[in-house]
Amino acid sequence: MCQIAPLFEAWVYGRLNGRNADADIATKHVALSMTQGEIVAGCLAPHPPHLVYAENPPQNEPVAEGGWEQLRWGYERLRESLKDVEYDAIVLLSPHWQTYVGTHFLGLPNFKSLSVDPVFPNLFRYHYDLNIDVDLTSKIHDKAAEAGLAVKMMENPDFRVDYGTITTGHMFNPAWDKPLVVISSNRSRDYYSVEVMQEMMIELGKVTREAILESGKKVVVIASNSLSHRHFTTESAIPEDMSKEHITSHAMHLWDMRMIDYFRTGQAQRILNEMPEFTEQAIAESDGGGLSWLLSTLDVPTYPATLHGYGTIIGTGNAIVEWPERDHKEASQ
Amino acid sequence: MTEGEIVGSYIVPVHPHTVLVPEQNEGWQRLRLAFDEAAQRIKDADADLLIIYSTTWPSIIGHQIQANPNPEWVMVDDDFHDLGSIPYSFNIDADFAHAWNEANEKRGLKSRTVNYTGFPIDVGSVVALKLLNPDNAIPAVIVSSNVYANRSETTVLAKACLDVIKATGRKAVAVTAMSLSNRMFTAPIEPKDDKIHSLKDDEWNRKILEFLGEGRLEDVGQLSRTIHKQIRVQKVVAFKPMWWLSGMNDNRNNLTGEVLAYEAIHGAGGAVVHLDPAASGAGDKEYDEDDVEYFAGERNVLDAEEETEIIVEATPKTSGPALWEPTTGADSVNSDAAPKPVGMYPHARRVGDLLYLSGVGPRQPGTNAIPGGPISDGQGNPLEYDIKAQTQAVVDNITRILEEAGGSIEDVLDVTSFLVDMDRDFSGYNEVWANTLGRVGPTRTTLAIRALPTPIAVEMKVIAKAPKLN
Repeated sequence: MCQIAPLFEAWVYGRLNGRNADADIATKHVALSMTQGEIVAGCLAPHPPHLVYAENPPQNEPVAEGGWEQLRWGYERLRESLKDVEYDAIVLLSPHWQTYVGTHFLGLPNFKSLSVDPVFPNLFRYHYDLNIDVDLTSKIHDKAAEAGLAVKMMENPDFRVDYGTITTGHMFNPAWDKPLVVISSNRSRDYYSVEVMQEMMIELGKVTREAILESGKKVVVIASNSLSHRHFTTESAIPEDMSKEHITSHAMHLWDMRMIDYFRTGQAQRILNEMPEFTEQAIAESDGGGLSWLLSTLDVPTYPATLHGYGTIIGTGNAIVEWPERDHKEASQ
Repeated sequence: MTEGEIVGSYIVPVHPHTVLVPEQNEGWQRLRLAFDEAAQRIKDADADLLIIYSTTWPSIIGHQIQANPNPEWVMVDDDFHDLGSIPYSFNIDADFAHAWNEANEKRGLKSRTVNYTGFPIDVGSVVALKLLNPDNAIPAVIVSSNVYANRSETTVLAKACLDVIKATGRKAVAVTAMSLSNRMFTAPIEPKDDKIHSLKDDEWNRKILEFLGEGRLEDVGQLSRTIHKQIRVQKVVAFKPMWWLSGMNDNRNNLTGEVLAYEAIHGAGGAVVHLDPAASGAGDKEYDEDDVEYFAGERNVLDAEEETEIIVEATPKTSGPALWEPTTGADSVNSDAAPKPVGMYPHARRVGDLLYLSGVGPRQPGTNAIPGGPISDGQGNPLEYDIKAQTQAVVDNITRILEEAGGSIEDVLDVTSFLVDMDRDFSGYNEVWANTLGRVGPTRTTLAIRALPTPIAVEMKVIAKAPKLN
């Protein structure tokens, strides 16, 4: 057997048996004074294909009559907020590239193909052409491997990029003029628990941050996930019929508002603390690890985030949130 | 035209190793040889349709059926992309797909076909079709695995498929693409080091295969929830393919089973199993839940604002067993104000200071009607009903019997309640209880059961204080 497996298993069980998670989370990372890299912003930017569908971009085959404007306007505000901010790359973790054998990274310079959503093929058939920052990807990959995480570069040119990456990529940067680092969602929550998932994602966030700071690049980091994630199980005849759109239940609404309150009041640590309950009770897409990874990459921010928009999509709760890390440089250097 | 039938069923593993790199591990090679054997058997059976139910195609909005006559693409696995790519070009029976979709809707299922260039056919389906149907000689159809579907819904999905098979005279093979235990190693391993992830998973897999080898498919279906808890990681798609496959075989327990191979694929349990419809004599089915014909579950969330009309008035006629006159004896208590029994027993019996009541339902004396409506019609088709109205009627009947004995509802000491649909009805039943018997204060036990003799949803067994005899 290769050596990484026992190393990884030992890491997991070591974390389970005695390491103090809260203390680890609370520990601020050591500044790397030798580098010029910077995280200019962190974003929670969900990926429902409905948003791309409603925008009617030329890359998407289906045609819509609009819909989900609150969220689309939220994305407009996010784009406006970053319009004059210089950055070199986008680092994105998508819950719809689901991997069970570790964390994977897109490892070729370019991917071009057609992405068809297997759940909503009637809404999303998108022709994509995206570039990867392989250098930055490799740095994050290597640091994660050094930290004992199971990682793998995805270098098969036939691979189709998941629709979550495409949707968030389009809504965040429709010009597609920035290279991406795309990280898979390691489903360790499925194999172990939310707690173990979070431990691993916090570790991945730390090495992501270190790699960015050492790279000398300016970067936006994005977690592409929704909040509460209980779907409707039917779709109206006109998918964009907004008279049918609402949160699935009051409990889901309360959880979403609780998380948003934490976002807006700089209580990232409380989000991490409550992640197991939130993930289980709101059937939240944070089970994919994106939100935990994002907050760790941002060094568990204590400053208020900006809520650019909130809305529901087939009953799930979605928030577009920005942590303007560039305005808190002491936190990222 | 001869009525169609299932001529064989197969369970096959989902991971791409058997297609791309069988030579790297002896176990993967044995699985590949078993696939080849299964393909030959399907050919020998003169099958004219392959139906794939794949756990690696999850759906949310109902059930999706592939209807592109010739889907073509190159599949790369999300995890095992380093093993290579699998180009595919399949022969899909679009007519059957559309007919199945219509049959689903007739049976109350949310369903749709998909026919889009570039639709990503899942790895389980790709592996199954590449190896079981290598020359595309047999047209195929693929159905998704709905993440929210429970057992009844999955069973109805199978019955709808059988409707079309029978009506069109097809000789169909049913295939589930699935793992047994699905816990993989969470880090890369060398092919030579592959094994079932844990001894516990291996033992469960072997027990499942023992059942399947004896043709006891329905038994495995009945164990599905337990199996899921024991050897499946918490993924949204449960061990439900066994529900579908059992439904496709009329929930039989006496198929002729044969395990062609069982091996590990990156820690998960992979098996190729053949279930022949020829009776093995091992045993008939012992179906443990309602044999549902139509799906009437939660599939109209978007239309929730449209209130369902609740029939509170007594319906004039219901189906059910014959009615009896209550038996009489020295200690019997019978009332003309209570519904007639469905067997040879009294309404109640006095023993010392206690009254033991026979099970009391909501049927109305005289008319035999059921307040709130019956739960099914004379053909067994489910109907909407009002559990609150039924529960109130039960309490009223109990009151009448106790009053016949010279007592009152205040005398109730202990109640055992039976509900045929705990998930649906407990809340409404509990609400009526709180306003009636709950105020009296008896002890209570509530049980979920499969059915009651008449089409009612609730029945109560009561012990009460007996009024003193003068």
